[in-house]
Amino acid sequence: MTPENALLIAGGIWWTIIVTLGAFGLGAALGVPICAMHVSRSRALHVVAVVLIVILRSVPPIVWIFILYFGIGSGWLSIGPVPAAIVALGVITAANMAEIYRGALKSIHPGQWDASHALGLSTWSEFRDVMAPQIFRVTLPSATTYLIGLLKDSAIASTIGVMEITYLAGFLASKQFGASLQIFAFAGALYILISLPLAAVARIADARLRMKVAQ
Amino acid sequence: MNATLSFWAESLPSLISGMVVSLEVTAAALAIGVPLGLVAALLVQSTVRPLRWVTLAVVEIGRGAPALILLQLAYYGLPYSGLQLSSMGSAIAALSWTTCAYTSEIIRAGLQAVPRGQSEAAMTLGLSRLDALRFVIVPQGMRVAAPALLGFAILMLQASSLCFAIALPELLSKAQLIGTMTFRYMEILLLAALLYAAICIPATLLVAAIERRLGKHAA
Repeated sequence: MTPENALLIAGGIWWTIIVTLGAFGLGAALGVPICAMHVSRSRALHVVAVVLIVILRSVPPIVWIFILYFGIGSGWLSIGPVPAAIVALGVITAANMAEIYRGALKSIHPGQWDASHALGLSTWSEFRDVMAPQIFRVTLPSATTYLIGLLKDSAIASTIGVMEITYLAGFLASKQFGASLQIFAFAGALYILISLPLAAVARIADARLRMKVAQ
Repeated sequence: MNATLSFWAESLPSLISGMVVSLEVTAAALAIGVPLGLVAALLVQSTVRPLRWVTLAVVEIGRGAPALILLQLAYYGLPYSGLQLSSMGSAIAALSWTTCAYTSEIIRAGLQAVPRGQSEAAMTLGLSRLDALRFVIVPQGMRVAAPALLGFAILMLQASSLCFAIALPELLSKAQLIGTMTFRYMEILLLAALLYAAICIPATLLVAAIERRLGKHAA
């Protein structure tokens, strides 16, 4: 592994991070209305949410990316590789985040709702001051696990030409056949290196939040 | 609409043959990877340190690196270390590694869920360590792990679509090939998506049903 090769591949870290965080941000936001629909009293909204979640999760991410980039991109609406990757991974993330939020909602003791009603809290205050902090705490570990998984899924963006880690590794390997083993090993190691601090931050944050509750 | 349907009917045989390849790769990766995952789950708890470390490295790399990288490593990288694999061979090798890594964690959690009293009772009965594992701990642990393993199998079928990157003629490659020839990307990709969904949705519902059933017995 020459230093030039290492630097070139490492240059892909930015696009890897942009695609990962972009998709995660989109998914974390879109997951809220989907979760709300899922737990809604309206039967129709509930069914729509369930169908949406099942369909989004039952088709491989790379197929969604291709549908957006080649399918929609070739006929209807021109879409660049980066937005295509972010939107495709983002909607899949939304389905999964909706399920994570729903699990968190379920974990809230029913007495909490009763108590905030009894205190006469407004709906907004009930959500912001009572529910949201608890949901955040319960969601944090599974959301981080998902984020780390998404980091690895972002490698798929290389197939439509986003110049992230995997794309640059493939590009280099095609020029220097003899070094392809080291090149891909290095690229794989980069993903592991990026996920280590993520996992550490999540562990620390989780421990701190738990301490706060324990007091 | 009619044009789409006749195009779909025309392309379906080709996509089905690709789907068979997808299922074959998935089945092979699971058949090799899950037993290796069980071995890894046991070795990670080994008291022999080097053995534990090596296993931990295999598991952490398999989980930490994207499957797409492992596939390309096996397909483009290995030939230069003297091991030439076909695209099918590299796909099975790489996905088996991923399977081994992920399932070892699932199985380890299953084994840990077996109450301590079980292994103590096995010891008291004079079973050897291996017999205790074989007849008492592993069967119970695998039962606990079963729903998660089945869920993982569905994810693996989806992951087999990544083999597109190493020119394996599986479902997505076939769809993409037809797309480049006819330029009807949207229609053919939607058909491919439908085929994935046609397997994954019933499978997901089945796993959920099995989970509920096993949960009922456990409670």
